[in-house]
Amino acid sequence: MHDFTKTLAPSPFYDRIVAQSQTQNWAHWNGYQTPRVVDTVASEYFAVRSSCSVMDLTPMEKYRITGPDAKAFLNRLVVRDVSKLKPGRVTYVVWCNDEGKVIDDGTVFHLSEGVYRLCAQHHQLDWLRLSSIGFDVSIELETHDVAALSVQGPTSYSVLTEAGISGLETVKPFDIVHTQLDGFDITVSRTGFTGDLGYELWTEPENALALWDAIFEVKKRGLYDIRLIGLDALEMVRIEAGFIMPGWDFNTAETVIRDGYDRTPYELDLGWLVNLNKPYFTGKRALAAANKQPLKRKMVKLILDGNKVPSGSFIFDRKDGKNIGAVMAHSWSPILKRAIAYADIELINGQVPKEVSVEIYYQKELAWKLHWARAEVTDKPFWTPKRRSITPPDAY
Amino acid sequence: MGNSNKTYDVVVIGAGHNGLTNAAFLAKSGLDVLVLEKNDYIGGATVSRELEPGWFYSNCSYVCSLFRPEIYQALDLGRHGLEIVPLQGSVTFSQSGDYFGSYHHSEIRRREIARHSQRDADASIRFDADLMKWCRLIRGMLLRTPPDPTSFKPRDFMEFAFLLKKFHELSEDQIYQFIRFFTMSIAEYLEEYFENDLLLAHFSGGSIIGTGLGVYSPGTAYVLLHHAMGDVDGNVGSWGFARGGMGAVSGALASAFQAHGGEIRSGAEVAEINVSGRTATGVTLASGEVIKAKKVVSNLDAQRTFLKVMNEKDVPPDVLTRARNFKIRGSSGKLNIALDGMPKFPTLPEGSPLTLGHMHFTDTLERLERAYDDWKEDRWSADPYTDTLIPSQYDPTVAPPGKHMMSVFVQYCPVEAEGGWTPEKKDAFGKTVIDQINDYSPGFKDMIVHAEVRTPKELEEEVGLTGGNIFQGELTLDQLLFNRPFPGYAQYRGPVRNMYMCSSSNHPGGGVMGAPGANAAREILRDLKRTDTTPEDFGDD
Repeated sequence: MHDFTKTLAPSPFYDRIVAQSQTQNWAHWNGYQTPRVVDTVASEYFAVRSSCSVMDLTPMEKYRITGPDAKAFLNRLVVRDVSKLKPGRVTYVVWCNDEGKVIDDGTVFHLSEGVYRLCAQHHQLDWLRLSSIGFDVSIELETHDVAALSVQGPTSYSVLTEAGISGLETVKPFDIVHTQLDGFDITVSRTGFTGDLGYELWTEPENALALWDAIFEVKKRGLYDIRLIGLDALEMVRIEAGFIMPGWDFNTAETVIRDGYDRTPYELDLGWLVNLNKPYFTGKRALAAANKQPLKRKMVKLILDGNKVPSGSFIFDRKDGKNIGAVMAHSWSPILKRAIAYADIELINGQVPKEVSVEIYYQKELAWKLHWARAEVTDKPFWTPKRRSITPPDAY
Repeated sequence: MGNSNKTYDVVVIGAGHNGLTNAAFLAKSGLDVLVLEKNDYIGGATVSRELEPGWFYSNCSYVCSLFRPEIYQALDLGRHGLEIVPLQGSVTFSQSGDYFGSYHHSEIRRREIARHSQRDADASIRFDADLMKWCRLIRGMLLRTPPDPTSFKPRDFMEFAFLLKKFHELSEDQIYQFIRFFTMSIAEYLEEYFENDLLLAHFSGGSIIGTGLGVYSPGTAYVLLHHAMGDVDGNVGSWGFARGGMGAVSGALASAFQAHGGEIRSGAEVAEINVSGRTATGVTLASGEVIKAKKVVSNLDAQRTFLKVMNEKDVPPDVLTRARNFKIRGSSGKLNIALDGMPKFPTLPEGSPLTLGHMHFTDTLERLERAYDDWKEDRWSADPYTDTLIPSQYDPTVAPPGKHMMSVFVQYCPVEAEGGWTPEKKDAFGKTVIDQINDYSPGFKDMIVHAEVRTPKELEEEVGLTGGNIFQGELTLDQLLFNRPFPGYAQYRGPVRNMYMCSSSNHPGGGVMGAPGANAAREILRDLKRTDTTPEDFGDD
């Protein structure tokens, strides 16, 4: 029997999330009810950047990939060489269709010898099964069978240690450890979507509330502030960190209707992921050809002058000049005190421009106004703190 | 007898929705237009009939999706009483006691697909995107006159360029895929996406509605577009009910037409289009009355137009040959049922919204193909595919309070049931359908207050659809675009001067679109060098 009365499914952490939500402001994420804002966006943003944030990661699509050909299958699927990924390590990947257009991005977790988890932004079972023909591999959706929490922020290491998770001092970025908490198994990876120090914790759904309570007990003891955060704050920190969102910042290849609306990794500034020297992988021939052609367009990062945030803005080569693209994701960066954005732009004479003009419409007391902002084009993440990568992490 | 000295600017034969659309745009341009209707009521196959006091049946066409919103807007049909209410989802019941529900809400729908196949839930993303590519391509052609590929007129070159440009927006690979799509069977097309039998049966049904083809017949994949490319308020693929039944569509069109000064005469059957010196001069009614007109527009199907109301001597032999061979076999029946209350479907959970949409009782491709096999043998399907709806759940105007009206479209039903229809055979056909519904809705039979059973024979005799074909001609590539109805005659102009065609036998075909009527009006106004009153496509970019 199908429950048609609820649009969204509850995650294993649902009871705790609802109890903490002051706004009851919800979004949907892969069919789950997810907080958009828990309290205020500002306090949630600074929990990530100043103390410790918690976010329910359960809705993220997760696939368990096992079998004798698991490694060979993954290496054929993604554009990066993952054949040397050791057990206990994670890596970021994208995968493409035969035309070299990006279908989705995600992370490959080599959980233990020959056992992998692929995390994806979008539903991929159909593509993964199609891609697995001829491989002795098992691909199972495990989104609903793994409860996951993302604990991010400068004090996240201290919080998790106080919560009873030991051994994190030697865990480097992209490491995985399997450990125990209060008698149940958890897996911890030093990964995240915030660009800060942080960990992701994975366990069986029946342990979800115990894991949650162990973490928030640290706050009850008065040691550190810990805040549940929603998608709005996450959007700010992930843009600062330079992460892109397939389906939001660019069209995923499988959903594209109009020709030319999909993107290669090169056009997304993800060319560094493509390994044309590894054996055949899906999209290799098209990407090898694309790599020889000059780029026509690219996803770039913009740092804007002034204090106006570009929303739905067109990009011009200069004020009142030629329209060369549009702003995609955008945010005010409280830590940089700058408006920042991703923009999908055409190159000018084959070159990425060093600066562009952004046409921003904004409201003051309901009156619409137009502002032209100069923007610097950059290919670096907007913000990368040292604490993100040092091991052992700073203790508080 | 009317004023026999009067000469109308235009006479339109047939007050179906295309005839009325055509007439309304011509009247809007200031022309003096008369619409002639053989029945005592207007609407053709877009009607609401009160055959049992208190119940109004949309007894031919029964849902609305393809009707062009551009026409709706240009003729201001909302102010003329039309209201299209979107309907919610669809369901296919399985023989094992389960069901697949295509819910209106995307998250709930996804979860329901995943209940049957997790992989199919993900494959539906790819399926939806691909289908939208083809919808987008065809939608851009609906309100356009097809080019004549053999012509060297600049305008045809421009139109051809437009078509090519539309194609050029597809990648090379997509063009190959589109050609495959045009020629594949729906079963084989769907099997490239889905693995679950119930889902395959559910999604394929729309491709056989109204066709003389089976789910494994080449060409049926395209027909899916005629059931997927419509929209209600921009929601592509949505269907709606016209409040008050489909008669509300023709009623609003008639009201718009009359507001522009048009005149409608019902009970006025046209016997012949009068032609003098290769030029149409008007019509002669069955009563013998002659009506003069500068232009004559036929809203009848191609066979009726060229083989019945035109004198065959006026028609070139190649047109006669093509008309005789025009594929217009009827394959559909219909039951319209007045119910004493709301039928129960115990398979569905309490309060399920799935009775609000299309209901089907055929759960495998094999059963769908077997249903077609019966039709080929001139029998109605012993185990038919039906599209069953209960519009009175939304529409308070079609049944008394607490009572309900059910519309059951039945595929397949032969034009001649093994030597001809008799009242006994018609009853047996109706019983087959009612028994099937009763299998899923115990007690259903006892709720029936009145039932109207319609076979292709009634659709032909009452409405005038040759063979009872609901599209006025099969929707296969050989009869689409510049081949509809025949090559060389796809631009709405007939074989004699001042004679035009505006029925669904013409591009872009059937489905209550109004597009053939509007497109024909544009050509007539062009020939008269008058300002075009027909709307341009909204476009979707």
